[in-house]
Amino acid sequence: MGVTVAEEWLNACSGCEISILNTGEALLDLLPHLNFVHIPVLLDHKYFGQTGEKTAFEIPEAVVGIISGGVRNEEHKHVLNEMRQKSKILIALGSCAAYGGIPAQANMFKNDEILEKVFRGSPSTNPSPNPEHSDVPKWTNTVQALDEIVKVDLTIPGCPPHPDWIADAILALLAGKTAWALPERSVCDTCPVIREKKSVGGPIKRGLTNLDFDPEAGLDKMRCINEQGFFCIGPVTLAGCAGKEGVPRCVQARTPCRGCFGPIRKGARPMVDMMGALTSVGLDPKTLVDRRAIMNRYIGAHGYLTVLPARPGK
Amino acid sequence: MGKVINIQPITRIEGHAKVAIHLDDAGNVVETKVHVQALRGFEKFCEGRPAEEMPRIVCHICGICPWAHHLASSKAVDACFGVTPPPAAVKLRRLMQNIAYIGDRILHFYFLAAPDFVIGPDADYSVRNVLGVIQAVPDIARQVVKMRQMTANMLEDFAGRAIHPTFSQAGGVSKPMTEKERSAMLPLAQELLEFSQFTMKFAKDNVFPKYLDAIKTIGVIRVGYLGTVREDGAHDFYDGKLRLMKPDGSYEDFAYDQYLDYIGEWVEPWSYQKFPYAKKWGQLKLDLDDPVGVYRTNCLARVNVVDQMATPLAQAELEEFRAAFGRPAHFTLLYHYARLIELLQCAEQALELLNDPEITSRDIRAEVTPKAGRGVGCVEAPRGSLIHDYETDADGLITKVNLIVGTTHNNAPINLSVFQAAKALIHDGKYDQGILNKVEMAIRAYDP
Repeated sequence: MGVTVAEEWLNACSGCEISILNTGEALLDLLPHLNFVHIPVLLDHKYFGQTGEKTAFEIPEAVVGIISGGVRNEEHKHVLNEMRQKSKILIALGSCAAYGGIPAQANMFKNDEILEKVFRGSPSTNPSPNPEHSDVPKWTNTVQALDEIVKVDLTIPGCPPHPDWIADAILALLAGKTAWALPERSVCDTCPVIREKKSVGGPIKRGLTNLDFDPEAGLDKMRCINEQGFFCIGPVTLAGCAGKEGVPRCVQARTPCRGCFGPIRKGARPMVDMMGALTSVGLDPKTLVDRRAIMNRYIGAHGYLTVLPARPGK
Repeated sequence: MGKVINIQPITRIEGHAKVAIHLDDAGNVVETKVHVQALRGFEKFCEGRPAEEMPRIVCHICGICPWAHHLASSKAVDACFGVTPPPAAVKLRRLMQNIAYIGDRILHFYFLAAPDFVIGPDADYSVRNVLGVIQAVPDIARQVVKMRQMTANMLEDFAGRAIHPTFSQAGGVSKPMTEKERSAMLPLAQELLEFSQFTMKFAKDNVFPKYLDAIKTIGVIRVGYLGTVREDGAHDFYDGKLRLMKPDGSYEDFAYDQYLDYIGEWVEPWSYQKFPYAKKWGQLKLDLDDPVGVYRTNCLARVNVVDQMATPLAQAELEEFRAAFGRPAHFTLLYHYARLIELLQCAEQALELLNDPEITSRDIRAEVTPKAGRGVGCVEAPRGSLIHDYETDADGLITKVNLIVGTTHNNAPINLSVFQAAKALIHDGKYDQGILNKVEMAIRAYDP
């Protein structure tokens, strides 16, 4: 029957789940080894029994628990705690679960400001009180990563995580291992572009023009994006977005990295390190527009993004 | 007051919701509510961001339809900065959109919806899922997985990312397509077209006829429709004008930036999701027998509002569909049929675009200057008309964002469909897991 697996999604977009399904034929080979006992995107297992007859919320026990998405409301917290209790090994899947992800950009604003905008400040919306009902879970104070609330055994970051790593981590667990982590390399370590350790200088350019490159030639013939004077957060971002092999995905699209795999190691200070990286090629970090939000785009939990007394320029 | 049946969570959909079915003392349905529990607040936290970053931020709204958000956002930013992308850039955006939607349609039909039809709506949940489908029809399943992987690979090999893309930019796209890339993609697109044809035939031979009764009974409501049409009235996912059709088939067309004159959003205390409604039809009324202001989006709406499909194979299917079900077709489960008509069009259009000599043009990005402006960008997402409305300041930073996404348009009709299904299926307090699953089928039909 294989190892039992439970999966849940919290403050998430379903991209992580789609990434799993994109595993392709390798997925079909992996499936017989997995016994899914709960996974709302694919399986009709219900919290209160199949006809809603039970009074207690229940997710079945599983050897492996996988959660995508961070925590934004009381229900997420509840599901997270139940998953932790019922899983032997808990996996944080994707950058929302690991670092808050894009939704944690909300941590730059007060909850009241956001709800005010959504329910009373939109030109198409009949201004109304915030929804309040026993079946509409209350927001938590901030968007949090899973490990701010429970112990997480294993993290597969990425937005989305690459299916190579999802399969790799699961195969490691099937082989009896209890720990797994991506190798600590930076995006730059896997990026083939030309580096001369010196940029073109001037204020950091916004993404209003395309990079300079020859479409017929490979990335190994293109100059480093930071050295071209644009902002790319590859130097302080964990590598792996293109799987075990392959060049960084955003660079493959001839666009800069925005850090979706999060910091290279736990406890890193990516913003400080990135300012150093920019300075080292002769760029002035102060000229980067919307610096705080862009440097913390995927990692706004863990206190990286907070409400500031007054926002710059306001 | 009798009991409340809770279906929680709603499964095999993309999203977070529960259904509460309220019964009276005799055990008959008096009321149902679909509670949407997720809210993230993109409309606020995008304020202050440089507009050109938006297409790569808001794609994260949805992991199933990131390309729809990516492109609607690009179009909104184009409009804020008053820039027109070169024709080749538009063609590349359209190509990526079609490929992404092919993968999406295949996913929905085989992975999310098929368990109800291939395994059966009353089957035990332990087999009524994609794994059950894989066991029941292993050869097709292997083919499905292969095709989905192929669409993901086509997007990634060319545009870097299949999920949460970065390819579309203010004023165009980030890279041109080389002849080598074009010729590598062509045979793959051909294979996708063949698989799309197979899927339509498979569904028409083996699925739809078997469930004609279910189609005629589950979730049936009579409401209006909203979708994009080209100037000539043909179906289009990327651009055109919006057509709002009344239940009787009469309609009004309007430009994207006029949407505020036609669509309002109602808020109910029991759901984070708003209830868009057709303002000109009156105050929203969620009354099953006499609904007011309620319209639907997504594939069934699109095939209802368009005068014709944009490609020949899809058009032939539309004609057959209309001969059988009329225009507008109101049965909710026909979403599954309409989805496959669109699948065909996506596959045909992907091939057409790849065969267009202009697709390899190097002129793919117009010059962009940040400035103050307003831009309404709209595309058809898998789930329906997707509206991104932005305002920028003189530095090109976002000052206002208003979003109406596909799923939200369908909030009111989903609630009506669930009420209809529950009322029709639950009597005298008698129900089982199969019946509750059929109520959920009324929701699944609306998914991407």
